[in-house]
Amino acid sequence: MHEAFESIYQVLGKDFANAGKVSTAIKDTLKRLGVNPTIVRRVAIVSYEAEMNVVMYATRGKVLLNVSPDDVTLKINDEGPGIPDLALAMQEGYTTATHEMREMGFGAGMGLPNIQRNADEFNIDSEVGQGTRLFVRVKQI
Amino acid sequence: MTSLASSKSITLANVREILSAEVLNGDDLSVKVVEVGAADLLSDVLAMSKTGTLLLTGLVSTQVIRTAVIADLCGVVFVRGKKPGDEILSLAKESGIPVLGTNLKMFEAAGLLYTAISENH
Ligand SMILES: Nc1ncnc2c1ncn2[C@@H]1O[C@H](COP(=O)(O)OP(=O)(O)O)[C@@H](O)[C@H]1O
Ligand SMILES: [Mg+2]
Repeated sequence: MHEAFESIYQVLGKDFANAGKVSTAIKDTLKRLGVNPTIVRRVAIVSYEAEMNVVMYATRGKVLLNVSPDDVTLKINDEGPGIPDLALAMQEGYTTATHEMREMGFGAGMGLPNIQRNADEFNIDSEVGQGTRLFVRVKQI
Repeated sequence: MTSLASSKSITLANVREILSAEVLNGDDLSVKVVEVGAADLLSDVLAMSKTGTLLLTGLVSTQVIRTAVIADLCGVVFVRGKKPGDEILSLAKESGIPVLGTNLKMFEAAGLLYTAISENH
């Protein structure tokens, strides 16, 4: 079994061409570490939805991946407009996505609910005009 | 996403035949299709697909391939004769995601696969 592992990734706002690369890299890393495929899939989905949110709505963000024998955690911190009403943003179907984002297949307003569904522990915290911080834990045992 | 589980075992090669589809990427069509899902919203796919799901979609973007990678899908079928560009196909190749294209509409393609999957049981 793998030892503790930590890695950090940068995500750029509006960089639609590279959107999803960080999550693909995270998925590859988890597979390489021998993490159970069901856990890998859940973390990858969380990471991808969160990465897309940074690309779509924020200026830039960092993803911190931490893998321990007990769990996998992701911290996604961005600099951006923040979310004025978190309860509203968490509702299924709520979106401020533009036409361009919808054309790519995003903007169903299901990203944050998807993230929460795949998380054993979930926390979101946002300050308008500053940015958004997301924390997710997926247990391995 | 609407989805149906495959009770009868079908492969991508069967899917190609059933949908008179063109193979746009992928050499190995012996891959088993666990389930078929139809969606144009990627969050729907991320929420409702399973490992090994085949995605039918009218949405053409590189994010479709990235979604297939993230969600461990077994392949993607672009419907309504939509032609994915080189960027999409090279990403599919690099990522090992089989891609088919059919002229059928979503409803027809889903119906044919539904029949194929649920018959003889
Ligand atoms: N990192 C973020 N920065 C600013 N706003 C965000 C961020 N993430 C989500 N939001 C807001 O919350 C809404 C809902 O997000 P989500 O559930 O992922 O659905 P979608 O991305 O499809 O709109 C978004 O439309 C956006 O207004
Ligand atoms: Mg989103």
